[in-house]
Amino acid sequence: MTALQNKTSNPIAHLTPADIENLGRELDAIRDQVVASRGERDAAYIRRVIDAQRKLELASRAVLLASLFPPAWLAGTVGLSVSKILENMEIGHNVMHGQWDWMRDPKIHSTTWEWDNASPAAQWKHSHNELHHTYTNVLGRDNDLGYGIMRVDEDQRWSPFHLGQPLWNFLNACLFEYGIAVYDLELPKRFPGRKDDPEFRRQAKQVLTKIRTQATRDYVVHPLLSGPSAVTTFAANVTANLVRNLWTHSVIMCGHFPEGVETFQKSSIEGESRGEWYLRQMLGSANISGGPALHLMTGNLSYQIEHHLFPDLPSNRYQEIAPKVRELFDRYGLSYTVGSLPTQVASAWSKVFRLALPNDVAVRAATVAETATSPRKLIRLLRGHVAGTTRPAPAEAAAPTDLRERAAA
Amino acid sequence: MTAEPAAPARPLLERVLRLAELVTTPLVPADYLDVLSPLRSPAQLRARIVASHPETRDAVTLVLEPGRGWRPHVPGQYVRIGVDVDGVRQWRAYSLTSSPERPDGCLTITVKAIDGGKVSSYLVRRARSGTIVQLDQATGEFVLPTPRPRQVLFVTAGSGITPVMGMLRHALDELPDVVVVHSAPTAADAIFGGELRQLARRGRIRLVERHTDSEGILTVEELHALVPDLAARETWACGPTPMLDALGDHWEQLGIGARLHTERFRPTVVVAGDGGTVTFARSGVSVEADGRTPILDAGEAAGVLMPSGCRMGICFGCVVPLREGAVRDLRTGDLTTAVPGDGVRVQTCVSAAAGACQLDL
Repeated sequence: MTALQNKTSNPIAHLTPADIENLGRELDAIRDQVVASRGERDAAYIRRVIDAQRKLELASRAVLLASLFPPAWLAGTVGLSVSKILENMEIGHNVMHGQWDWMRDPKIHSTTWEWDNASPAAQWKHSHNELHHTYTNVLGRDNDLGYGIMRVDEDQRWSPFHLGQPLWNFLNACLFEYGIAVYDLELPKRFPGRKDDPEFRRQAKQVLTKIRTQATRDYVVHPLLSGPSAVTTFAANVTANLVRNLWTHSVIMCGHFPEGVETFQKSSIEGESRGEWYLRQMLGSANISGGPALHLMTGNLSYQIEHHLFPDLPSNRYQEIAPKVRELFDRYGLSYTVGSLPTQVASAWSKVFRLALPNDVAVRAATVAETATSPRKLIRLLRGHVAGTTRPAPAEAAAPTDLRERAAA
Repeated sequence: MTAEPAAPARPLLERVLRLAELVTTPLVPADYLDVLSPLRSPAQLRARIVASHPETRDAVTLVLEPGRGWRPHVPGQYVRIGVDVDGVRQWRAYSLTSSPERPDGCLTITVKAIDGGKVSSYLVRRARSGTIVQLDQATGEFVLPTPRPRQVLFVTAGSGITPVMGMLRHALDELPDVVVVHSAPTAADAIFGGELRQLARRGRIRLVERHTDSEGILTVEELHALVPDLAARETWACGPTPMLDALGDHWEQLGIGARLHTERFRPTVVVAGDGGTVTFARSGVSVEADGRTPILDAGEAAGVLMPSGCRMGICFGCVVPLREGAVRDLRTGDLTTAVPGDGVRVQTCVSAAAGACQLDL
């Protein structure tokens, strides 16, 4: 992807400012309708999920006390992995978004929730809810675009460090909870000369304390309680955390990295209206198709588009409003990016590989790959007549244009 | 019994609890206990509705089984209960109508459905046995003293009879001379009418029933005529505000104001308007804000250190408790009201004052 403003064909050029505001009003109406109908059914849903997750976790940890017995290890590890995924995705992420604050239950509230993840709730809420959700896909403002360690957009400047990004991404996937914690500390921004910042030191201490208590639980107390099964229980906890990390990393990569997702210039959000903010969320997110189990295990982030439009609506409602949202995409001539989990994961990973190289090299490599299947094109390429078949290199010099001006053009 | 087996057991229990905390982090053991047995939690007092008995066509008595940690009440006191109505937790206070010595350990509250009353209508018409409700400890000063007064007068109207019934059920044996003057629209509408009439027939109390639909509202003069020796009696009164105000004035005039005990049995009415005084309680700052200014902006302009985030209602970084008052959601126009203890939290970046309000900041 290339910042929308630098593209030769602007996907929103056909929309007038009036269209965009009208779109905003239609989306507001969808939101209002859900807010007005939130009730007992929704409250029962989240309580049921929390109830099931806690019972599953207790049962899995209990079964693992006998993890020396292989079937017990397998059942306990699967159960613990599923429980950790549910706790992070459908429960933790969504509760901390304030999706359930309306119930006025202090135990299921964004201001009191803490989760089974290295990143302390308060820090995660700042970097995720405030920065990522407000500045979604704005180059230079939304650090989720590559987490500061990767280049996932042609308009992000290449450096030799990015040559290693397939490896960085793999390591980040395995250690995702720690990656997120470090990321929430905004290390890259603070590192030069700001190590002595007392606020940074306080936050870093919170992270270390949290990592210590979580590790004590998973890697010390639970194994010790397992007596002769200590080693296998330790392995089960390592496995469950790894499974949870790989799964959440994959799901989250699918939200904003696959092909078809747009990015935006920093200047394009100056004086952004409500309608334009909505439009940016629509173009900047991608969904994952699948069945009810997939939606539950992704914390309904498989409805990333709906989630980004309405981050505070209860997650169980996203799939209900998805057809209406999709109808708006169609009516306003916008493309709703959606694909199966394997397709989207592959798409995101291919971008990580492609952009490890500078743009021109990446383009040539892509062309080679494309033409390798066609002998005639390959011959032409070798002769140097590639201009007609290559993707246009992004116009680095193109003046960033206001979203609305482009739209009005 | 000099040996105390409990003494060494306590550190052991504490150690087990400490270990349990290591396993349940970042939650606490009670969070897991809650899903297995919601009434066992020592940290969060709850109760289970075990039965609902109709009293009149619009009032029921709910029998509640309190969880661990409930301390017996003093009859006449009230209890706040938190009920999830349409998924939203609402807190209300109800008088306890049971004696604290009930053999089954349960307590009862008696609820009359008020027109448009969200919680009372739910409790009277929809609440089912098995439902878990949140509970506070009983509280209130509307109780009989010890030693008991020799001559007592109770003046009640409508559901104002409920705290008095709690006292009668518990302490009638210790009260030799009781007069109950109770007002209700009709005989059928009198909550506990049957039980009161029975007590009167057995000569345990003198009951004066007033049916206001046919006889009109009881005046103080009429009351004085009905109970000529009221000045000699220790009096407890509970009912609508105008009635209590009239009684208060009369008792003051008689110079016996200290002998009148009242329970103001009305919901706190939050008057919603457009804008109002916003008080930041912990900062000790008050500002006037109009109905279009987010409380976040008003607070910042007044120099209050406000938590903030996206400033557009999506990140929930600015959420603070609304102790009391009313605010309006600037996006939808929806009104949120709170009275102390409700535990209501609001997003300051999209909420404007809708009347006087106080924030815990």
